[in-house]
Amino acid sequence: MSSAVVRGLRVVGRLTVDGVWRLGAASRFMSIVLLRSATTFRRFRLLIDEVYFAGALSLIIIIVSGLFVGLVLGLQGYETLKRYGSAEAVGTLVALSLVRELGPVVTALLFASRAGSAITAEIGIMKSTEQLSAMEMMAVDPYARVVAPMFWGGFISMPLLAAIFSAMGIFGGYLITVVVIGVDGGAFWSQMQSNVDFWDDIFNGVIKSIVFGFAVTAIAVFEGYDAPPTAEGVSHAVTRTVVTSALAVLALDFVLTAFMFTGV
Amino acid sequence: MERTTIDLWVGIFVTAGLIGLLVLALKVGNASSVRVSDGYTITAQFDNIGGLKVRAPVKSAGVVVGRVERIGFDNESLRAKVTMRIDNRYEFPKDSSVSILTYGLLGDQFIGIDGGGDVELLRDGDTVMLTQSAIVLEKVIGQFLYGRPPEGGSGN
Repeated sequence: MSSAVVRGLRVVGRLTVDGVWRLGAASRFMSIVLLRSATTFRRFRLLIDEVYFAGALSLIIIIVSGLFVGLVLGLQGYETLKRYGSAEAVGTLVALSLVRELGPVVTALLFASRAGSAITAEIGIMKSTEQLSAMEMMAVDPYARVVAPMFWGGFISMPLLAAIFSAMGIFGGYLITVVVIGVDGGAFWSQMQSNVDFWDDIFNGVIKSIVFGFAVTAIAVFEGYDAPPTAEGVSHAVTRTVVTSALAVLALDFVLTAFMFTGV
Repeated sequence: MERTTIDLWVGIFVTAGLIGLLVLALKVGNASSVRVSDGYTITAQFDNIGGLKVRAPVKSAGVVVGRVERIGFDNESLRAKVTMRIDNRYEFPKDSSVSILTYGLLGDQFIGIDGGGDVELLRDGDTVMLTQSAIVLEKVIGQFLYGRPPEGGSGN
């Protein structure tokens, strides 16, 4: 009886210590990456390749999902708003939902599964096949050569992807409500423009996407670098990247929303 | 530096992202209503501000001329004290009156300024004397139901 309690306590304690240990390791890892990223900007080629890998290759999925999210928002919003005789406000609804919440959050979730998992897998496999150790043997710093470009590539891509997502979503909302259903186009845009503020709504959305970009790419590179050098270890690391990023993005979103959009 | 197809795709990606941002800024949001940071402040006291909020627009003849900057309570007069920041481009006579108005029947509240005829203009830190409080729907309905005359609640 008492030994079962002790064992349970031991498990809780081990999980807590393990979590704190990993958080500390991740912070130390990220500060090393940031300190050594000067090379990344001097060797611009590396950064371009990573922006291509994390950003340009994610374009299709971001454009398509943005469009469909906008279509659904437009349809749902129209069906509800027309009961109150304010179908024109659907432009405001679509734009505010996208630039404030859905744009940054859904992009970050898609980005974590599309680019974050790939970053983790690539670094994890480089580690397990000892390519990183080989670099160190040749006096090439793997942080500066591999990790930092991947981090900055993802970090730069994420806000751009979120902006594309929001713009495509608004275009989707316009397509379904104005072109298909027949809401007045002028009212759609003018209601949207008078109710969406550049600083309060759009700029805060961009800040959100920058924060999410940092969180997702930082988690992805750390999980990759920290992965046990086995096939199983890499696969677990990839899973952890997606799960941890999703949780981190949603938790950060709550905190940021509480700061940004609850003014008196 | 040699050019590769990757450069092209990265270029397309970055351009698309910047265009997205630009569309959001110009087409979706109203960048023109950037905060009135340089302007002069005027204050006014109201018996009741209803649901007026900080950053609500200040309008004159339907044009946004400023924003509500601060809402406080004056302990001595027991009235609400509203500070507004007015854009430098707009000037109002000293005897202008301010009232709290509502968009439609149930919409948000904003402040309306009606210009007066004075030669002197309102300056930074001035107080507007003529004010009209918000119309509280419940009070109006109550007056209607009980047929009582308005109990001096609105304006002075």
